Amino acid sequence: MSAYILRRILYAIPILIGVNLLTFTLFFVVNSPDDMARAHLGTKYVTPAMIQAWKREHGYDKPLLYNPSASGVGRLTDTIFFTQSVDMFAFHFGRSDDGRDIGRDIRARMWPSLEIQLPVFVIGLAANITFALLTVFFRATYLDLAGTVLSVALMSISGLFYIIAGQYLFAIVLRLVPISGYAGGVESLKFVALPIAIGVVAGVGSGTRWYRTLFLEESGKDYVRTARAKGLSDVQVLFRHVLKNGMIPILTGAVVVIPTLFMGSLIMESFFGIPGLGSYTIDAIQSQDFGIVRAMVFLGSVLYIVGLLLTDLSYTLFDPRVRF
Amino acid sequence: MPLSFSFWGHAWSVEWVVLWTDALLYVLIVAALLLGLYIRRHPPLLGPWSRVARSPMAMGAAVILAAYAAIGLLDSVHVRLPIAPLKGSTVHYYSPELLSVFDLIAGPLRTHTEYSYSAPFATRLYTQETVRLPGGQTRREYPRLKYGGAGLKSAADLGRDVRARVARALAEAGAAWLAAAAALTWGLARRHRCSVPQMARRCLRGDTEVPWRTIGLTFGVVLALGWSAIALCTHYHILGTDEVGRDVFYLSLKSIRTGLVIGTVTTLVMLPFALALGISAGYFRGWVDDVVQYVYTTLNSIPGVLLIAASVLILQSYMDRNAGLYDTVAARADMRLLFLCLILGITSWTGLCRLLRGETLKLCEADYIQAAKAFGVSHGRIITRHVLPNVMHIVLISVVLDFSSLVLAEAVLSYVGVGVDPSMISWGNMINSARLEMARQPVVWWPLASAFVFMFALVLSANLFADVVRDAFDPRTKGRGGER
Repeated sequence: MSAYILRRILYAIPILIGVNLLTFTLFFVVNSPDDMARAHLGTKYVTPAMIQAWKREHGYDKPLLYNPSASGVGRLTDTIFFTQSVDMFAFHFGRSDDGRDIGRDIRARMWPSLEIQLPVFVIGLAANITFALLTVFFRATYLDLAGTVLSVALMSISGLFYIIAGQYLFAIVLRLVPISGYAGGVESLKFVALPIAIGVVAGVGSGTRWYRTLFLEESGKDYVRTARAKGLSDVQVLFRHVLKNGMIPILTGAVVVIPTLFMGSLIMESFFGIPGLGSYTIDAIQSQDFGIVRAMVFLGSVLYIVGLLLTDLSYTLFDPRVRF
Repeated sequence: MPLSFSFWGHAWSVEWVVLWTDALLYVLIVAALLLGLYIRRHPPLLGPWSRVARSPMAMGAAVILAAYAAIGLLDSVHVRLPIAPLKGSTVHYYSPELLSVFDLIAGPLRTHTEYSYSAPFATRLYTQETVRLPGGQTRREYPRLKYGGAGLKSAADLGRDVRARVARALAEAGAAWLAAAAALTWGLARRHRCSVPQMARRCLRGDTEVPWRTIGLTFGVVLALGWSAIALCTHYHILGTDEVGRDVFYLSLKSIRTGLVIGTVTTLVMLPFALALGISAGYFRGWVDDVVQYVYTTLNSIPGVLLIAASVLILQSYMDRNAGLYDTVAARADMRLLFLCLILGITSWTGLCRLLRGETLKLCEADYIQAAKAFGVSHGRIITRHVLPNVMHIVLISVVLDFSSLVLAEAVLSYVGVGVDPSMISWGNMINSARLEMARQPVVWWPLASAFVFMFALVLSANLFADVVRDAFDPRTKGRGGER
C-alpha cells in the first residue's frame, strides 16, 4: 500500500514539472523579464541599467531555460526556470505585484472558498444522486420523462443566469440576504447561504442526468435481473445493489474534485464579494498579475493530482476487488 | 487577409473579406456536406442517422438549430462597402467598418440607435434628460425616442399599432407556412405514390416515418415569431436598447455567430489532435502511449479557466504590442476569437483523446484487426480503414455534446474578462455589460433577458439534438430499445 502511494507520488513529479514548464513558457517566454521590468518601471525615463537592476533584484537576470556559461548541473539549475520551479515546489509563491505575500494570501483566502464549495459539493452530490435514483425508480413513467426534460432544461441555462437571477430575487427583491460581502465566524452564514443554494441548483441538472445514465447502465446488468428474479423489490434492488455498485463510477467523478474545492468558484465569489481564492484569481486575471495566476495554476494542478491519488485510494475502501 | 477581391458588376462595388473564422466555418460546411454525401451512399452509415431523423424531438430541435445556423452563416459573409470617392479621384477606398450580409439585410436594425437605454416597445428613453423648452426654460423629462415608435401620432396608439402589425405578420406567415406545407405534402405524396389528401392526413396524424408534423409545427412557430419580429423591429425596439442605444434584438441576433463559431470551430481545431494522439496511443502502445498519457494528464491537471485566462492575457499583451497587424477592428476581434477557439480546443481535447485511446485499445483486440495485422496490412491502412471508422461514433457524440457547453462557456469567459474581444458582439459581452444595471430602479432587465433567452434556446435545442444523436450512435444503448 505505502509502496503504491509512494509510486503515485513519484509519478506526480514529472507531471508537475510539465505543468511548470508549460506555465513558465506561457508567462516568461512570451512576456519576457525585460517586458516585465518595463511594465513595472513604467515607460518614462527607463534606462537599460535600471532594467538590469530590476531584473537582478527580482532574480530574473539569469538565462531562461539553459545556462551555457555555467558548468555541469549548473547549466540547468542556474536558470530562471529552475529557481522559479524550486520555489513553486516548496510552495514559495513570491510576492504579488502590489507586494503582498502570495502564499499568505492563499492560506487566508482558502477558508471562505471552502465554506461555499464544500456545502455545494456535499449537498449537490446528495441532491443529484437522490434525484437520479428517483428518476430511475420511476423510469418509463411520466414522472421520469418530466424529470429528464427538467434536467435538460436546467442544464441548458447559463450558470450566470442562476447567479444574477438568484441575487436579484433573494437579495434585491425579497431582501432575505445581503447582496454581497463577507464576515468571519457565524455571521458569515447569511453571506454564504445564497451562493451555496445557487451552486447546488446550477449543478443539479447536469448532475442528475449524469448519475441517471450511470444508474440506468448499472440496472441493465445481469446481477440486477438475478436480484429481481430472486424476488427482491425494486426499492431493495435499487438501494442495496445498484447504488452500491454505482459507488465506483460515483467515486471516480466525485473524489477527484474534493481537493480542488479549495480553489473556489471564480464567478460566484466575484459576484457575491466573497474574499476567497476564486475572486483572488479573477482579480489577478483582470489586473494582469502574472505571479498570482501562475501560483494558482500550480496550486490547482497539485490539488488535481492529489485528487487523482485520493480517487485510487478510495477504490480500496469501496471496491473489494481492488487490493494492493 | 488571406483572400479579398472586388465585384465590379454592380453600380457600387464591395470588397469581399474572408476572416479567419469565416474561412474555418466554410471549411466546416464543405466538410459536413461531403460527409453527408458519403453517408448517403453508404447505407450502413445511414442507419443511426435515420434513427435520428425519426425522432420528433431531434427534428424539432434541428429546425431551431437550422434557424440559428442560417442567421449565423449570413453573418459570416463579410464585405466592406466603398466610401464615395473624392471628386476627380479614381481610387476606390473601402470603409474600415466590416459589415456582414446579415448587417446589410438587417439594415435599419443596425442603424437605428438611440441615445441610451429604452425598454422593449418603449417610445421614450429610460433615463430622464434635461430638455430646453422653446421659451428658454429647461425641464426634466423622458425624451421621445428617435426611431422607437417614431411613426406613432401619440403613445396611446402603441398597443393598437403593434396588434395590427402582428396580426398582418401572422397572416402573412400563415400563408407562407401553408404554401410551404402544401409544397412539402405534394412532394411527399409523389415520393410515396399516394394522393395529396391522403398524404396530408398521414402527416396530420403523425403517421410518417420522418416526424413531419413536429417539423411543421416547430417551423410554424419559428416562422410566426420571426415574421412578427421582422414586421415590428423596423418600427420599434422590440427588445429595447442597450446602454449606448443599440437595438438589443440586433445584438442578440449578431451574437449567434459568435456562439456558433465558438461551438463549432473549437471542435474543428481540436479534432485532429485528439484523433491522432488518441488513436496512436491506443494502437502503438508502449512509449507512444506513455507520452500521450503524460501530455493529457499534464494538460488536464491545469485548471481549464486558468489556462485559458493565462493564454488570453498573453495574447492580449502580444496584440497590444503589435497593434499594426490588423487593418480593421473586426479583424483584430476575429483573431482573438480564433485564438480563443484554439485555446478552448487545447483544454478540451483531452477528454475525447482519453476516450479514443480506450476504444482503440479495445478495438485492437478485435479479430478483424488481428487478422489484418496477420495479413501484413500496414499500420496506416489499419488505422484509416479499420480503426477510424469504428471510433467515429465516439467523435460524433462528443462533438455534439461539447457544442452546448462551449456556447455556455463563452458567456462565463467573457464575464471573467478572458472571452471574446470586448468590441465583438456576444451574449457574454451583453450579459457582462448589463449585469450592473440590475441594481437600478426600475430594473434594466431586457439586455440580460434577451441574451439568456437566445442562449437558452440554442443550448436547449443543441442538448436535445445531442441526446438523440448519442442514443442513436452509442452501441451500448442499441440493445435497450425504446428506453431513452
